[in-house]
Amino acid sequence: MRPAPVLALTGAAVLSMSLLSACGGEKDAEGAAGAAAIGVTATDDACEVAKKELPAGKTTFKVANKGSKVNEFEVLKPDGKILAERENIGPGTSVDFVVSLAAGTYKVLCSAGQTGKGPTQDITVSGQAAGGGDQRLTKAAADYKAFVIANVDDTITKTKQFVAAVNENDVAKAKELYAPSRVGWETIEPVAEKFGDLDPKIDAREADLSAEEKAGWTGWHLLEKALWKDGSVKGEQKFGEQLLKDLDVLKSRLPGLTLDPVNDMAGGAKELLDEVATGKVTGEEEAFSHTDLVDFKANVDGAKKIYELLKPVVQEKDAALAGDLDENFAAVEKLLAEHEKGDGYVSYETVGKADRKKLGDAVNALGEPLSKLAGAVSK
Amino acid sequence: MSQAGPEERESGPAAAGPAAAGAAGVSRRRMLGFSGASLLVGAAAGAGLDHVASAAEKREPAGAAVAFHGPHQAGIATPVQDRLHFAAFDVITDDRAKLVRMLKEWTAAAAAMTAGRPVGQGAVGGPAVAPPDDTGEAEGLPPSRLTLTIGFGATLFEKDGKDRFGLKARRPPALVDLPHFPGDRLDPDRGGGDIAVQACADDPQVAVHAVRNLARIGFGVVAVRWSQLGFGKTSSTTPDAQTPRNLFGFKDGTENIAGTEAGPLGAHVWAAGGDGSDWMAGGSYLVARRIRMHIETWDRTSLREQQDVFGRDKGEGAPAGGAKERDKVVLARLKPDAHVRLAHPDSNGGARILRRGYSFTDGSDGLGRLEAGLFFIAFQRDPRTGFIKIQQSLATDALNEYIQHVGSGVYACPPGVRQGGHWGDTLFT
Repeated sequence: MRPAPVLALTGAAVLSMSLLSACGGEKDAEGAAGAAAIGVTATDDACEVAKKELPAGKTTFKVANKGSKVNEFEVLKPDGKILAERENIGPGTSVDFVVSLAAGTYKVLCSAGQTGKGPTQDITVSGQAAGGGDQRLTKAAADYKAFVIANVDDTITKTKQFVAAVNENDVAKAKELYAPSRVGWETIEPVAEKFGDLDPKIDAREADLSAEEKAGWTGWHLLEKALWKDGSVKGEQKFGEQLLKDLDVLKSRLPGLTLDPVNDMAGGAKELLDEVATGKVTGEEEAFSHTDLVDFKANVDGAKKIYELLKPVVQEKDAALAGDLDENFAAVEKLLAEHEKGDGYVSYETVGKADRKKLGDAVNALGEPLSKLAGAVSK
Repeated sequence: MSQAGPEERESGPAAAGPAAAGAAGVSRRRMLGFSGASLLVGAAAGAGLDHVASAAEKREPAGAAVAFHGPHQAGIATPVQDRLHFAAFDVITDDRAKLVRMLKEWTAAAAAMTAGRPVGQGAVGGPAVAPPDDTGEAEGLPPSRLTLTIGFGATLFEKDGKDRFGLKARRPPALVDLPHFPGDRLDPDRGGGDIAVQACADDPQVAVHAVRNLARIGFGVVAVRWSQLGFGKTSSTTPDAQTPRNLFGFKDGTENIAGTEAGPLGAHVWAAGGDGSDWMAGGSYLVARRIRMHIETWDRTSLREQQDVFGRDKGEGAPAGGAKERDKVVLARLKPDAHVRLAHPDSNGGARILRRGYSFTDGSDGLGRLEAGLFFIAFQRDPRTGFIKIQQSLATDALNEYIQHVGSGVYACPPGVRQGGHWGDTLFT
């Protein structure tokens, strides 16, 4: 039984929700690309979908949590894997959740208390989605997944070489191999960051850790500090082996990963530029080795790859944006080329304030249109 | 295979409450009413009907909108707002068409923001998977008399010997590089710039929001070179208002040109077609100076010396020998090196400027002193007969012991934007 105060609260919230939907009806319709939203009523022990036969294409679920616990809404593919999910739907609140559905049978699941378990309902989707973009996006997502796997393989190969040098306590060679070992990782960083347990083990920066976390610090940057600050990796071998193990776990998880063109690709490209803007332009990422420009280039390359895979769709939906992106990717690459040295880049320490400002301006110039990629792709 | 493109749109109490949304809706409509009224006022002022404008200014509520369109840019003769965010930009492209396109986008955004409306589709009105057009921190706030005033620096016309935009021949003769004045210690990173935007509002959040959104729209075309926040006005362009005190505790600039004085505005503030630059007719020249005040040494100075330095009494602001702030200044009663005496029109062949400066405090300077002062802004018809002339007179100013000019900029502010026009359209023709 729910306690009375919760009931009262829920009642008030439902009332204000109806007020809201009365004001914002037109907007909601727009969000669902013209189609009416499918109502889902989630309670603590039920998951009622208003309509169970749906046409293929962009579908908006309007999920109202009328229970007492925080709820989570999931759409499960025929193979039982999660196609899309929305967490943290508070009691008495309502969330519009848009997902593209191809023909097939799906289950929707409401998980009161967000345990990942709960009552389900079957829905059947039939027909073909309107608009010709879907196949191209499906292919782009598949190609991107292959790109991610190739980059993780590359990072593992080069990290093995790096770790071998660490094991021999060959500081000079390890320093040389450090930055190249990170390139694959930095290229696909937002995907790697989806694995919240692995990312901090592999790529945590000392300055970002709490005192307790610091005791358990592992990964690339620990070795970076040992190499550049201490000038020795004696006794640090176990960290090299741990890094390789963690990267192997990352690799093992990739086959089961579903990457979608809007959030993971376009959103990922934006995140890559965010990484550059907040970590690389400032020189915070590689606090000891100052190899920030190598990471910078890898982030930009990763974003560019995503853009190129999505480009046919972007050109069709927003040609001006495509033009902006072409131009600004070229501008950033040109600017980076000015700092090339050998196979890599000059130490970021030698890049003066005026040049850093130029890099920062170029990153802003690219980051702004790149942030519009997701909107363009999902138009 | 299906591919997911999940996007989210939230409603319910977790997002915006209905009460807040309703209130915003009502105030929006009210704002439209205000801006409509202001538009008429602007037209009347432009026609020279001073008494109409003056009466209307008194009616204008603190949060209302100031008309964006008109013969002159707002933010010059407009009654001075409480807060400032001034930003100078470098143009980072050589593509003239891109620059003009951005100026058009800026104009649309400026017209919206000064009317109290958000940029583009707003902070929450767009698709959930895209970043909002407007950054959102001014949602629900009134227009707050926001004005956005644009100016073009000399480097827009020619930079390092390069005529990037084909504008070299259009550089107005009055847009001069300022000479070195004794005591100047100018930081190039706090001065100059190809384009400057002065954002003034009664709410600092509204002014900062405006500059932030313009900077965002401009990415790839312009980059912020430097910017300055001003927290308190130090000038009045309203004749019956008291002059606000500067950080030295004095009322300075009492003889300012009022926004309602058509005669002095025409003679000293607005550029005319015959002045040497047709596209500047109805415009004005902005001189900005970041003036660091040596607050601590000033505070150790005796009251008598402080009053002698300015030539006014500290309590009332009356000129030496007078009783009230607006009593006539008798130059002979002031010390020869008193600030008011040297800056007075009678000491400068009648030269007058419209002052619109703000006090600033950017924390402390690492030596335990306030990093504070006056961000001086003056509008004039020609800096050569305005600021430069007066500043040269101030070479012997007793105040110089307590101040230092550390940043500088001069910008040609084009005339106001007509309906359907855009910032700089008279220049980029």
